[in-house]
Amino acid sequence: MNLSLLGPELVLIGLGLALLLADLVVPPDRRRYLGGAAAVLALALALYVLRGPGLAGEPAYAFGDRFVVDGLSGFFKAIFLTAGAVVLVLAVDWAHSQQQAVTEYFVLILFALAGMMLAASANDFTVMYVALELVTVTFYVLTSYQRNRVASLEAGVKYLILGALSSAFLVYGIALCYGASGTMHFREIAAKSAELADHRLFQLGMLMVFGGLAFKVALFPFQVWAPDVYEGSPAPTTAFLAIGSKGAGVVLLVRLFGNVAPELALKWEPLLMGVAGISILYGSLCAIPQRSLKRLLGYSSIANGGFVLIGIATASKAGSAAVLFYLAGYLFTVLAAFLVISMVVQRLETDDISALSGLHHRAPLLAAALALAMISLAGVPPLAGFFGKFLVLKALVDQGASFPAWYALAGVAIVGVVISFWYYFGVVRAMYWPESNGDLTTLPVPPLIQVALAVCVAGILALGLFPGTVWDAAVAAVAGLRL
Amino acid sequence: MSPLLWILLLPLLTAAALVLVPRTYSFVIRTATLVCTAMVALIALGLMGDFDAAPVLEGGYRWVQRIPWVPSLGISLSVGVDGINLGLVVMGALVAFCAACVSNEIKERTKEYYVLLLVMTGGILGAFVSLDLFFLYFFHELALVPTFIMIGVWGRGERRGYAAFQITLYLTLGALIALIGLIALYLQSGARTFDLVELTQYLAANPMPVARQVFIFPWLLFGLGILVSLWPFHTWAPIGYGSAPTATAMLHAGVLKKFGLYALLKVAIPLLPEGAKVWLPWAAWLCLGNILYCGWVAMRQRDLNLLIGNSSVAHVGFVFLGLASLTWVGVTGAVVVMVAHGFLAALSFALSGWLHGQSRSLDMTKMGGLLKQLPFVGAVMIMAMFAGCGLPGFGNFVGEMLVLFGGWNSDLVICGGWVPMRWFVAAAAWGALVVAAVYMLRAVRTMWHGPRAEGWASAADPVGLWRKLPFLVLLGSLLVTGIWPRVLTDRIAPGARVIVEGVGRSVPPPQLAAQRVP
Repeated sequence: MNLSLLGPELVLIGLGLALLLADLVVPPDRRRYLGGAAAVLALALALYVLRGPGLAGEPAYAFGDRFVVDGLSGFFKAIFLTAGAVVLVLAVDWAHSQQQAVTEYFVLILFALAGMMLAASANDFTVMYVALELVTVTFYVLTSYQRNRVASLEAGVKYLILGALSSAFLVYGIALCYGASGTMHFREIAAKSAELADHRLFQLGMLMVFGGLAFKVALFPFQVWAPDVYEGSPAPTTAFLAIGSKGAGVVLLVRLFGNVAPELALKWEPLLMGVAGISILYGSLCAIPQRSLKRLLGYSSIANGGFVLIGIATASKAGSAAVLFYLAGYLFTVLAAFLVISMVVQRLETDDISALSGLHHRAPLLAAALALAMISLAGVPPLAGFFGKFLVLKALVDQGASFPAWYALAGVAIVGVVISFWYYFGVVRAMYWPESNGDLTTLPVPPLIQVALAVCVAGILALGLFPGTVWDAAVAAVAGLRL
Repeated sequence: MSPLLWILLLPLLTAAALVLVPRTYSFVIRTATLVCTAMVALIALGLMGDFDAAPVLEGGYRWVQRIPWVPSLGISLSVGVDGINLGLVVMGALVAFCAACVSNEIKERTKEYYVLLLVMTGGILGAFVSLDLFFLYFFHELALVPTFIMIGVWGRGERRGYAAFQITLYLTLGALIALIGLIALYLQSGARTFDLVELTQYLAANPMPVARQVFIFPWLLFGLGILVSLWPFHTWAPIGYGSAPTATAMLHAGVLKKFGLYALLKVAIPLLPEGAKVWLPWAAWLCLGNILYCGWVAMRQRDLNLLIGNSSVAHVGFVFLGLASLTWVGVTGAVVVMVAHGFLAALSFALSGWLHGQSRSLDMTKMGGLLKQLPFVGAVMIMAMFAGCGLPGFGNFVGEMLVLFGGWNSDLVICGGWVPMRWFVAAAAWGALVVAAVYMLRAVRTMWHGPRAEGWASAADPVGLWRKLPFLVLLGSLLVTGIWPRVLTDRIAPGARVIVEGVGRSVPPPQLAAQRVP
């Protein structure tokens, strides 16, 4: 057994426990610094993971092969840790304005982060389930953290009920898969996946597992929670949900359909295509009338989940690598958006789009960052979102030669993007177009947030202008898949 | 370093530098923009002069340079020009300079305005010098966001919000459809490179099956067709230009809109010759819609900008007709029309922008007898309108004439030969000469002659050479290309010949022709 492979996860959990203890001795007005320290550590871990074992070389295993460190897990862990670091920075700023205990909030973020990292490395249904539950259960608390805000509690309850339902799907599906295959182990299932793919019980089990993961990624028809929970939760929680929780679902989908049962991905090609297409259309169409920024991003996350699923549905290495790149770009984009939204919500106490009016004058940095994020989400060069969409479309068109229905999906994707321009550019319009709302006082932006914003904007631009490095890393990360 | 890289990078780098300048330094910002665009224009003109002396590199391009970008996907930033895009680059650079000159009408938020103007310029010129399909798309899209924000923030009229969204959504739709076509071309050619030169060579040696070409071509034709306002996808153009600030309308109608035509000519037709043979007759029908229908619509316009917008849509039909003729005379003429119309559209919008600045209205029914008060603007505009109806002496005449010659000689078969190509050409000529003359001359009569209209008492001509410069540059370019067309045609014709002969030669091996797309 090689415990050192679990190093980053153990450090995170240890750090969480240490913060809980430190909370007892640190005076209340200093507790924010605990979050800052955690953010720095998460960033350091991200750097460690990027040069750590497994990313470049052969996969390494621990716990009887139930825990794997390979390129795929390394790529996603880097995403999760970066997201965690930025979310912690955001939480530090957000906690400043809260009346209640803050250390627990940081600790819960760390535990959720550890859960996501475990999910990235899960090589067994049990580990996968436990990791996902660690993520989901901490998010029950994170979403409803503002106990005195009805919207937050409502979000928490909704997430709890639907999350429990999805966990039930997941665990029942796992049980069926176990019944069909006689093992929980991904490698053993993979060894006989060709025959299992025709096994009705296994198919049903995997369908339910897919449903449970689709809940995490907010895919149709498991998307209903996303807008409400995004709107009601505190901004740092929403940011973490949008990238972290989604990423945990995506890495497991890639592993299950790419490594464990690729035959099933081929068999279910129409199903996955349909889910992807409907998610894109549903997310885009429902986002049009939204006035709340967080809710808008909730719907946009459904549409983006659809784009990610396109990559998975292609059942090709190019498609999987495109998914990885897409998420890396989405990471910086969404975090930049939520950093700005959190600032706006705190200062103006509303997240209505019309509140952004005149923002380019009041806080040019915030306006520019949000505009870049929106334009990147829409998929305009030279930003990260464009190259991600380009790669997904490329993987999609590559399948078109074998199955013309892919071109129909391409049409759906085009329609989705065109609609998305409408609402993303609506946000840009709210910020930049001349409106007279009178209030033109400058909004202060704390230095820490400025740094975090600069990092995110740099990420958006770097991934768009120089995508080569990350693309090659994504290709290397999926090299081990059986596609 | 290739001078083409400078053309492309100077505006973008200046834009990046201007972001750091405080917004109160508006004089510095404007001067930097003018200097930058002037330098780009001078470099472009210098290339025009050096063109014959420059060594011809791979694929018939000059000043080629490749910078690998994502090697594993076969994407590199590669630039190069031949006669066809040289004319467009020079036209684009001159229009960009003139657009920067007339931008002194903008008084608010100048920093953001000039940054966006430079990004737009860099994107447009980048699209014309790129020899890589990916960057062709990339640079074209770069101009999208500036267009949106410029129309929305500095645009005119109540409908500018609607216009900004309409133009953005339309162009996105077209660009994405074309992108699917480009990706399909990249993947199904098997060459695994986006480089235009390598792709051309590869496809010349290994032609694609006919059925596959026929499948991919319409993605490009209709995607790019939306970008260039091919009838019936043209409705965004007049409203968008009518609401845009002067410089945006000049750059968009003059230069950016030529991108789709350019990409059709350089990418779709040479790389998918069999697809072109099948689909171009359809495009010929649609371009008749541009020439006749949009000309007819233009006749009914009362707003000067909508008139110019509709007439610019009508002119696009000519380029399409030239391309569809697939004769080298016709293709040469199409490129000449692209260049000349770029100058013409920019000049028309610059003039209408000046008039709008004088009275805040472009309603032609409220104008009259202005020639006395605005002798310079009036004279230039009357000349521009003559150019628009295809009078000799202006570049448009040369291009349209060549297109008609080319079309007359074309082997294009329309409706299985039931409609002779010559009828087509006659219809187009009628649209160009008669319809255009009707609306142009009518506009000349109502605006410039007749009794003096009220409300124009304070209107005046631009004072001083500096203020007149943009109009003179554009008018001069029109006259030069009209009086001495060989400056363009000598350079364009060889490139056009290569394309047309490539299409004519493309006879795929029988086993490929029989193969079906799975």
